[in-house]
Amino acid sequence: MQSESNISIIDTQEPVIKITGLKKGFGNRVVLDGFNLELKRGESVVVLGRSGSGKSVLIKCVIGLYKADEGEIFVLGKKISELDYEGMDKIRANVGFLFQSNALYDSMTVRENLEFPMRRHLKNISPEDVEKRIIETLTHVGLAHTIEMMPSELSGGMQKRIALARTLVLNPEIILYDEPTTGLDPVTGKEISTLMTETQRLYNTSSIIISHDMKCVQRTADRIAVLVDGVCYAIGTYNELERSNDEKVKQFFE
Amino acid sequence: MKLPFYINNFLSETGSISRFITRFFGQLFHPRYEIRQFIRQCYLIGCLSFPLIAITGFIMGLVLTMQLRPSLIAYGVESQLPIMVSLAIVREIGPVITALIFAGKISSGIGAELGSMKVTEQIDAMEVSGTNPFKYLVVTRVLATTLMLPLLTVLSDVISLYGSYLGVNIKGHTSLQLYFFQVFHTLQFSDVLPALIKTVFFGFAIGIIGCYKGYNSSKGTEGVGRSANAAVVISSLFIFIIDLVTVQITDILGLN
Ligand SMILES: Nc1ncnc2c1ncn2[C@@H]1O[C@H](COP(=O)(O)OP(=O)(O)OP(=O)(O)O)[C@@H](O)[C@H]1O
Ligand SMILES: [Mg+2]
Repeated sequence: MQSESNISIIDTQEPVIKITGLKKGFGNRVVLDGFNLELKRGESVVVLGRSGSGKSVLIKCVIGLYKADEGEIFVLGKKISELDYEGMDKIRANVGFLFQSNALYDSMTVRENLEFPMRRHLKNISPEDVEKRIIETLTHVGLAHTIEMMPSELSGGMQKRIALARTLVLNPEIILYDEPTTGLDPVTGKEISTLMTETQRLYNTSSIIISHDMKCVQRTADRIAVLVDGVCYAIGTYNELERSNDEKVKQFFE
Repeated sequence: MKLPFYINNFLSETGSISRFITRFFGQLFHPRYEIRQFIRQCYLIGCLSFPLIAITGFIMGLVLTMQLRPSLIAYGVESQLPIMVSLAIVREIGPVITALIFAGKISSGIGAELGSMKVTEQIDAMEVSGTNPFKYLVVTRVLATTLMLPLLTVLSDVISLYGSYLGVNIKGHTSLQLYFFQVFHTLQFSDVLPALIKTVFFGFAIGIIGCYKGYNSSKGTEGVGRSANAAVVISSLFIFIIDLVTVQITDILGLN
């Protein structure tokens, strides 16, 4: 049930991500069963859902880590099921992904972690530019002093911020956040949420955010999509959904 | 008809290893080539294994010589000691022991490394960073093990022969020159080549099984441990199977 109630000024633009009828299963288990979502430019949509409901699977389908069984996904106007490897790479250069487990390369220093996506995606970038961007992004997340450290020397919150820096270093148009504040203390969680909204403002990104943390949701969400039983069960702003009488929606706001 | 669980499991595992190997050859000749990473892996896999291989090789040659001596004395052919030892080392013991030690060190290492990269989503992260993780991680490692094991075996053989020379000299007297003259006089091309060719297969098996196990590691730290363990067990088993097959082949070809 796509809510049409909150038509905003940016609505005239083509959505940066459009998911229609997405189905994905593993073996006999159906995880996503006809999921629909549109993400407009500059917007943040939070996806709420119980653990194991397929939230990570959803955004992994968007970035092409999983292939959809059925349905279509358009990212930046391209139908991703029709892209070849190079085409997908171009999309991936514009879509940042913050992994649930951070996924920092633990055999590399922080600097090398940030260097890696740049060296790979931007073939012609000069070493000076690489260095400049690394420093810039690390300063943005407030961790410029950790540049020579190994990920294992950093705390969980710091790792999360480095992981965020690694996604930001390519200046992506879209960022997909997989549970950015889970497992962090409330203060650090707040820092990360603030960082996310700041990033959104500064770099003008659009984002899909997966979260259980209602504080973070409240701070970052323009709209919220509720994922239940593999479909987008409800969508709306925080205030709209909070007032909902539906049992399945209400449980997230208690 | 329903097959017993373990047979079913065995067949599906064989199928997916075969697919993994096919994928390896599919990606091998396809740019982009990860040359830098390959060289790095050669260093990590080859050079860093050298001390261990050298020590074990030396001891192996020494011990083998000391153990053989009494039997040869009993038959009155003590002078044949260098010949016997060098044949045993070059044809069989050198390649197999080196490969087993290499499997213990490298296969488990690769299994654990790739396994933990898998469960912490680092492999996914590589993929979204414009890198083909299969090429970057698997192809480079398998090539490195395939290339490095034959080299290490040659070095290990040579060091074993020095160990053996020491063993000969504990109770007898032979000059180094005479010893190696005797050894190289005995060794034929047909002793060395099949032994070296099989180490190429050993190296390939060790690399591919370590990578396969790691790359398909199940979630959680337990899964990583299991991958590392299974990698060593299966690749050690494969070493003996390959050994058996090559001895049959060289036999048929009349190279024995
Ligand atoms: N590679 C896979 N193979 C098989 N099943 C998978 C795979 N990835 C995910 N699943 C299954 O899909 C379902 C959804 O997983 P997913 O990781 O998307 O959950 P989630 O909503 O992100 O949960 P959480 O909040 O705990 O991260 C789970 O039941 C999981 O077992
Ligand atoms: Mg998840």
